[in-house]
Amino acid sequence: MNSGLQPILRFDQVTVEFDEGPVVDRVSFTVMPGECRVILGVAGSGKTVLLKAALGLARTTSGHIFLFGEDITTYTEQQMFEIRARVGMLFQEGALFDSQTVEENVAYPLLSRLSRPTQTQITGIEGRVLESLKFVELGHTIEKFPSELSGGMRRRVGIARATVTEPKLVLYDSPTAGLDPITANTIMALVAKERDVRNTATVIVTHRAQDGQLMADFRYSPESGHLVPDDHSGSGHKTIFMVMRDGRMVFEGSLSELESSTDPYVRKFVRR
Amino acid sequence: MLDFLKAPILALQDFTILTGQALGNLFRKPHYADDVANQMDMIGVGSLPIVLLVGTFSGAVMALQMSKALAQYGATGQVGQIVSITLVRELGPVLTALLVAGRVASGIASELGSMKVTEQIDAMRALGTDPIQKLVTPRMIACAFVLPLLTIISDFVGLIGGWLTAAVMMNLTTSTQYWNTAYRALGYVDIAHGLVKPFLFSFLISLVGCFQGMRTTGGTQGVGLATTQAVVVASVWVFVIDVLVTRIFISF
Repeated sequence: MNSGLQPILRFDQVTVEFDEGPVVDRVSFTVMPGECRVILGVAGSGKTVLLKAALGLARTTSGHIFLFGEDITTYTEQQMFEIRARVGMLFQEGALFDSQTVEENVAYPLLSRLSRPTQTQITGIEGRVLESLKFVELGHTIEKFPSELSGGMRRRVGIARATVTEPKLVLYDSPTAGLDPITANTIMALVAKERDVRNTATVIVTHRAQDGQLMADFRYSPESGHLVPDDHSGSGHKTIFMVMRDGRMVFEGSLSELESSTDPYVRKFVRR
Repeated sequence: MLDFLKAPILALQDFTILTGQALGNLFRKPHYADDVANQMDMIGVGSLPIVLLVGTFSGAVMALQMSKALAQYGATGQVGQIVSITLVRELGPVLTALLVAGRVASGIASELGSMKVTEQIDAMRALGTDPIQKLVTPRMIACAFVLPLLTIISDFVGLIGGWLTAAVMMNLTTSTQYWNTAYRALGYVDIAHGLVKPFLFSFLISLVGCFQGMRTTGGTQGVGLATTQAVVVASVWVFVIDVLVTRIFISF
């Protein structure tokens, strides 16, 4: 399936090395439009670096990364700015700019593209910012500063900022890390909502097995406004799991393949 | 064998690259004028009280110290000349630079360091903004503008401090003679000498602060370390550059 489409993101034997050795070691995979990929692994297994390499935030030692068909491994930092603007990324703790209000944070990706925004453009941006904040159910926090928000709310503003430009690909770095289970589920529901409403390709890095399961088994229902179990009958999303260990990819497959795996490390990420 | 040299040489290389990029950005769009104005306010106006205070006292103490030495030769009338030369050529620029290094280099390093460890710098890059263009260049421009101005203010209040001590409190000289000798003592070379220094120091202070901040690793502890490093490195290099510039100017 999807054979006629161009991949959104493709890793080809990618290695990223730091002083202490390879952090990502010869990893290859492909993300097609509309696909959801869940990357599992323990802390220090190279998940975050993998995600940062996809945006050129971490430089590859060898291999090639194709983002929207362009080989970004040869790009300079200046060339990267243009292509990065087409991808949304949620950082681990949200990474909101402390010195700016929630509104300015969410407007940042829109404003940074315009050198001198006109009044009409500013009004348009205000509308999109509010819409994006309402999407994450935080329309009332517009005037607040990130320090006044809870951890979960900051993460939600981070999602609003990552998706305000309606990118074709959104990368989530441990969206639920450090959150209580209820807040974590709210965040994952928003991730699924973003995926299903706007049909974006999604890459999620996490160490929680239930996050991946939720992405695979549930879909957002616009009618009810909630997540509903996905019967996989319609044109539902294809969710692929990937398990990382010491920089290597040790598993790639569907949820059922993950659940039937016999590898003891991989089985750690199967919800019992 | 020479492994211990690797880290400082690499740091120098990275610092040179950062400096090159920050200077190159002066000729590249976009320009963040708002950020420059903000930084000028924070660095310049924010440092004003401490610069005024220290400037005045340094002039006063200079006059005090000189009063005794000059009295031996019966030359207390020359106190204005000595205070003005010393302040404009040396004490004004260096003291102001040290104060600003302590206040601003540490502030920049801790702000940028916190942004680095909370991934805000990465987020900025991910959102299509060059952090050097947005964070480093405005701080560098702001510092280059305000440090010479702060130095001029510091020199002036230092002269007032000296006058208060010498002419008003100790009656070593008359007010007219004090200001007359202070004014006559200064040539254009002295003024240039006193302004080239803060201009050069300003790049050092802002860029060292930014450099230490941008290379912060290791969480909040790393931020503390970067802040300390920024102040120490900036202060030491202020003296090194001071000697080099003085050596060049002394030939004129």
